[in-house]
Amino acid sequence: MSRYTLSVLVENQPGVLSKVVALFSRRGFNIHSLAVGPAHDETVSCITIVVNGDEHTVEQVEKQLNKIIPVIKVRNLGLPGEHISSGLALIKVQCEPERIEGLMQLARLFGAEAVDIASGVVTYKLAGETEKIENFADALKPYGIREIVRTGQIAIEKNGR
Amino acid sequence: MISGAQMIIKCLEAEGVDTLFGYPGAAICPFYDKLYDSAIRHVLVRHEQNAAHAASGYARASGKPGVCVVTSGPGALNLITGIATAYMDSIPIIAITGQINLEQLGRDVFQEADITGACESITKHSYLVKDARELPRVFKEAFHVATTGRPGPVLIDIPVDVQLEEVDTEFRYPEKADILGYKPTTHGHPLQIKRALAAIEAAERPVICCGGGVVLSGAREEMTAFATNSGIPIVSTMMGIGVMPMHSPVYLGMIGSHGRSYANRAVREADLIILCGARVGDRAVAAPNQIAEQAKIIHIDIDPAEIGKNMHVDIPIVGDVRGVLKILAEKVKKTDRSEWIDRVIGYKKAFVPRGEDRTDFVEPRSFIRSLSGMMQEDAILVADPGQSQIWAAINFTQREGRFLTSGGLGTMGYSIPAGMGASIAKPRRQVVSVCGDGAFQMSMCELATVCACHVPLKIIVFDNARLGMVREVQDQLYGGRHCGTYMAGNPDFVRLSEAYGIPARYAANNAEAEKYAAEMLAAPGAFVLICRTDPDTPSI
Repeated sequence: MSRYTLSVLVENQPGVLSKVVALFSRRGFNIHSLAVGPAHDETVSCITIVVNGDEHTVEQVEKQLNKIIPVIKVRNLGLPGEHISSGLALIKVQCEPERIEGLMQLARLFGAEAVDIASGVVTYKLAGETEKIENFADALKPYGIREIVRTGQIAIEKNGR
Repeated sequence: MISGAQMIIKCLEAEGVDTLFGYPGAAICPFYDKLYDSAIRHVLVRHEQNAAHAASGYARASGKPGVCVVTSGPGALNLITGIATAYMDSIPIIAITGQINLEQLGRDVFQEADITGACESITKHSYLVKDARELPRVFKEAFHVATTGRPGPVLIDIPVDVQLEEVDTEFRYPEKADILGYKPTTHGHPLQIKRALAAIEAAERPVICCGGGVVLSGAREEMTAFATNSGIPIVSTMMGIGVMPMHSPVYLGMIGSHGRSYANRAVREADLIILCGARVGDRAVAAPNQIAEQAKIIHIDIDPAEIGKNMHVDIPIVGDVRGVLKILAEKVKKTDRSEWIDRVIGYKKAFVPRGEDRTDFVEPRSFIRSLSGMMQEDAILVADPGQSQIWAAINFTQREGRFLTSGGLGTMGYSIPAGMGASIAKPRRQVVSVCGDGAFQMSMCELATVCACHVPLKIIVFDNARLGMVREVQDQLYGGRHCGTYMAGNPDFVRLSEAYGIPARYAANNAEAEKYAAEMLAAPGAFVLICRTDPDTPSI
């Protein structure tokens, strides 16, 4: 099983997202993550889907997606590393005053930004690939994670393509 | 000023729709009010599911999309099985459903159902119209989507206030639909066609497998030319029946779990299989990968998602099967494969069809064989799933006619409403529906429609007071424990039909069945022929 990223351009009309998602459940495909937002103009949206499966499954996903009428274009961006991708995480961490120094250092190392600091709790914002976010979360574990909120990955083709 | 309802009528007229199959209700009343002034014929069915089946039969027989109209909530939901039946067989129908007021949408008001949501996976596309001004575009797109590429059902859900909305605009129907993400590939790729031709030339034991796509694209002539010019034998799936005249020597018959053994044998022994508009369904090919290991596969289909879905394919050709076959027929070289041809024709000739005329029951298989000789060349035979479907599919000799059945979904109760739709589309052609007593009772309410609309539909009911196909499965796989398959309480079907004003006969043996069939086929109007059938008659 590999993790493929598909970038799907759709007409921005009601119900498109449900059509796309319904297709995955109906055909037995697995979504790992999903991100939706407007594309270059507001009549078009871009849905980035990270899907678990083998080459044959992903080919079927692409073909079935193409059959949905408001789907304009489906691009297979391939496996991790074959495209530029990023997601966002907001992580709320427990923090006793004596450990804050170490925590801040760790966050700097990952390039995470402290977006909210209250007594005993710091909220970090971190953008990056799945692996980076997972590594950061792992590193924070000893401090005590209160809550993690993550977006799906968004992705774009590498330069020149 | 023009109302949404008036616009719907104008859209339908602009699309050349002459017949609607429908069942009204509160949420579609504004439309029915305007239909009152229109020349479009309305056929009032007795159950909404049959409106969809009738539209499907109409579409298949006429080549034009069939249209059905129902109300919101239960009316719309009753359509679902009919829509799914059309979807599985790629039949172009337009389903128009009334919806509750737009402003009340989502509040679970009386007769509200999310029909576009419910039909998501069984429609090619669907619309919920929120502004009457959008109606012309939506209808243009809907008919375009339903009838082009791989055909299929399209649903248009129209809230009652949108139907009532008065719009200060002149009605203008768009000349063409322009949908950004919908551009079906119709021309086969020249390089793949070249590869296919080379593979055909190199093949020693090729077979053409003809599916429903060939019927849908109207490629009967092209298929015949390709088969003749190449000298390659043909098998067909259930949906491909009727493309080749069955008496043609190179036509080997239907493949599949209930198909002819010699047709399956030809497929198993082939070194090249040319799949034309066939989706390699599980009932047609039980072990697709095993077959793909032994033979090279060329797959021609307008839907790219079908290629490689169920079977590994060596040469994919995405495109309209008619255009592709035309090129193949022109360019193919006739290779001498007399040994192979003789071999497969030998298999066919050695086969003795099962079932002989009986005096104690009507033997359905031999009766169907006799019936095919009595019917007109271009007759339309409609069969209901179950044993009747198989008896009809493999024993009827199609010449210039059509075979209509629910091949994909296997929906019981299809043959009467679909036959009705087909007969309304082609009133001068003989249309005969074949069903068992189970399927008959699922849609016998339509006898009223048949009667009211003077539809000259002929209905043959094989009455064994059993759900025969299920019973056969219970015999084969469940030790003959017949559970829930005895139809106790069957009425007197002859008297029932007569109560609807339809002449009916009861045949107790083959001689009677043939006699009454002649009477039935000569009758000007509808006719019901009940055949007493032995429950132990197998389907093959």
